[in-house]
Amino acid sequence: MNGRRVVITGLGVVSPLGLTADEFWQGLLDGRSGIAPIKAFDAGTFPCSLAGEVPEYKLRDYVPKSYRKATKLMSRDIELSVIAADEAFKSAGAITKAAESGTPTFEPTRLAICFGAGLISCDLNELAECVAKAVTDGTFDLRKWGTAGMENLTPLWLLKYLPNMLPCHVGIIHDIQAPSNTITCGEVSAYIAIAEAAEVILRGDADAAVGGGAEAKVNPIVMMRQCLLKRSTTEHNDSPAAACRPFDAKASGSVFGEAGGAILLEELKAAQQRNAPILAEFAGSASGNSLNPQIAHLEADGLGLAMTIEAALAEAGIRVEDIDLIIPTGTGILLDDRAEALALERVFGTKLDNIDVWAIKGMVSHTGAAAGSLDVAAAVKAIQTGKIGPSVNFQTPAAGCRLKLTRGVVEKPIRNVLCCGYSFGGQTAAVIVKRFEA
Amino acid sequence: MKYRVVITGMGVVCPLGHSTAELWDGLMTGKSGADYTTLFDATTFPTQFDAEVKGFDLGRFVKNTDLHSSGNRGTQFVLGACVQACQQAGIDVETSSPTDGIDRRRMGIYLGAGEGPVDFDAFFSALVEGWDDTAKGVDWQKWGQVALSRLSAIRELEQEPNMPVSHLALLTGARGITRSCLTACAASTQAVGEAAMLVRHGKAEVMVAGGAHSMIHPLGVTGFNRLTALSRRNDSPKTASRPFSATRDGFVIGEGGAVVILETLESAKKRGATILAEVIGFGSSNDAFRVTDMHEEARGACQALRAALNDAGLTVNDIDYISTHGTSTSENDSVETLAIKTVFGRQAPKVPCSSPKSQMGHLIGATGCAELITCILAIQQQTLPPTMNLNDPDPALDLDYVPNTPRKAKVDIALNESFGFGGQNNVVIIKRYTEDGYR
Repeated sequence: MNGRRVVITGLGVVSPLGLTADEFWQGLLDGRSGIAPIKAFDAGTFPCSLAGEVPEYKLRDYVPKSYRKATKLMSRDIELSVIAADEAFKSAGAITKAAESGTPTFEPTRLAICFGAGLISCDLNELAECVAKAVTDGTFDLRKWGTAGMENLTPLWLLKYLPNMLPCHVGIIHDIQAPSNTITCGEVSAYIAIAEAAEVILRGDADAAVGGGAEAKVNPIVMMRQCLLKRSTTEHNDSPAAACRPFDAKASGSVFGEAGGAILLEELKAAQQRNAPILAEFAGSASGNSLNPQIAHLEADGLGLAMTIEAALAEAGIRVEDIDLIIPTGTGILLDDRAEALALERVFGTKLDNIDVWAIKGMVSHTGAAAGSLDVAAAVKAIQTGKIGPSVNFQTPAAGCRLKLTRGVVEKPIRNVLCCGYSFGGQTAAVIVKRFEA
Repeated sequence: MKYRVVITGMGVVCPLGHSTAELWDGLMTGKSGADYTTLFDATTFPTQFDAEVKGFDLGRFVKNTDLHSSGNRGTQFVLGACVQACQQAGIDVETSSPTDGIDRRRMGIYLGAGEGPVDFDAFFSALVEGWDDTAKGVDWQKWGQVALSRLSAIRELEQEPNMPVSHLALLTGARGITRSCLTACAASTQAVGEAAMLVRHGKAEVMVAGGAHSMIHPLGVTGFNRLTALSRRNDSPKTASRPFSATRDGFVIGEGGAVVILETLESAKKRGATILAEVIGFGSSNDAFRVTDMHEEARGACQALRAALNDAGLTVNDIDYISTHGTSTSENDSVETLAIKTVFGRQAPKVPCSSPKSQMGHLIGATGCAELITCILAIQQQTLPPTMNLNDPDPALDLDYVPNTPRKAKVDIALNESFGFGGQNNVVIIKRYTEDGYR
């Protein structure tokens, strides 16, 4: 499109490995596990009682004084997006309205946002307290709810749980007035959001954009949903660090968690003009569909994911042999890991033997709508540092898996990184990030 | 390389009917989709009526109903709409070997789609049984046991907002760029607009674009009632949605699914598809103001309007019709009127602008695409749908809202506006298709 290029100039990551992108990165290189027994609620009767939870934070540290009253309207998903976006701008040396002083770096009408969000669960305790007032003979009574139950909910209750409130709050804090979109494509949401944020810049509708995603999955109904779908492992409640084992023969399911990731994207010339730190270049992306009637799982031969990866490579104009690192979804769900490995084999053939594959969910857990932003942040860091961390818990390859998963820290120059994956529901996506060369 | 983006198919399932013909007939005959709530017992709710899709039978549209029977209402509606749109555009559905000449890798999907409702009985019984009244909190161990035994995996999965897209993928076999967004009430206008950008810039040849949503369930209506966004005119559901009227008191919640087929002009010509209209402009913006209110000076709405006009290379004098967001809430209708006046200036009173929501209700995430379809129909029929129930005009709102009766008019270029909670503003402009285009 019209010769514009998009570069990455800032990263924000709040994850089970820490509250910053640096803590996330150091944790990944150290092979540290962010997975532990759930603290947010007593999950003793849940088939899987593990999660990746974000360490304690003080939200007020990330919200300007003038906006602190609005924090009572923020569900945890919104909080995570606010924290991640704050770091993304700051790390890029960008001043926004949030600073409450100084000249903003970006013209607000030329600053966009596209964020991935999940199905946000309401605070069940808050709802249950109101529901308890509408019970007749031990069951929920809808008529009583109308007269004596619903009035106990705070009037703005709904606004805490609309997915678009993630970029909405971030947009108010930082004064983002160009297009704002909220991608709700399950676990590929952040990939797609980053891609669309880049496209908005490429087509000229903005000069900078925040892409990413956030999801606070450690909520009883969300965790129960994964248990019911049998996507969570039930075998490691006493051995959390070993629980999520992408592509490993002993994998028995995934572990879910919470995170927020924000990637600041800028049009190259504008970034150069303001001497922004250019961390990497956005090279291309694609999305598509796996067509499996069993919509909770990837189609067995990985065809849809393979097509998506091929489309992303074509858009980026990058040959398979020039990919130095693949960061796959790698959930630890055997069926899906196998299908993903087949998809990669379909695209890369024997060249796969020479490409490092780094599965990070063994450490960070599966953070749903945020997951893709963590992958892209890791890709950017890998390009910058020339380092790749270990695929923790990968010991014996699962049957049919010929991926060259990292077993320790690998040091080498990295030019191009493919991040790819899929969601329950069948959407597939791929994002390619490359080393910036003028 | 930029491609011209044309619309070759449309389909709708909404409270006025299960086809574009029924929708148009309803709009032309003053029909209202509103009535008392039947989907749940709302007799003690502040609002006891809505605009429901009635008598929908997925089997009329889809052969393999088993594959989709678990889908939530929004999913089912958008499947019906998609089949209609594909039939009109000559796109094969429910086959692994299509002969319509479209490479499925170059065909994508973009929906503005909403979440499905909670699994009512299981969800609430777990909350009731898990509640510990002494501790004033949920006993999660107990809740977990009840939830595990009563909740169903598939019903939980089908609540996810990406599920409508998942079902459309299985229906159409699309393998190209696929996205789902949820920007409140502006979602499907944003989806169609962004999908048009993907086609224009060559990232897809064909896009199935639209919206799907139903929030007509106890928690959805509770949420809007607590926000005092819904009309409470329980004595007269059919006249409750009265956009731009002095006595408007909130919107009427509807539900539905709507789909348009967007494709490059080359693809449409190659396949011999009938071209219904051309998408010539898209503008999108963010208020960045408050989560609770629209910007008082309509800053974001004006920006989106100007961006769309600029994108289309048009001036305000070129617009023949505006399909407003027109929700019948006090705030929206005032701010929207202000936006049109600000951007259109002296031209504002001359541009007819009406609200199909006065008859159809507010389909939430699906509403933008359904209203875009009314714009296509207005161009085809050279007739403007009216704003019904506009009997006591608000003196502060003085545009030409096409009150109460449809009107014959020259409509070559129509502009569709959608705004959403949180300050989402989206505008799409379409034009009657002519060979020579618009630039």
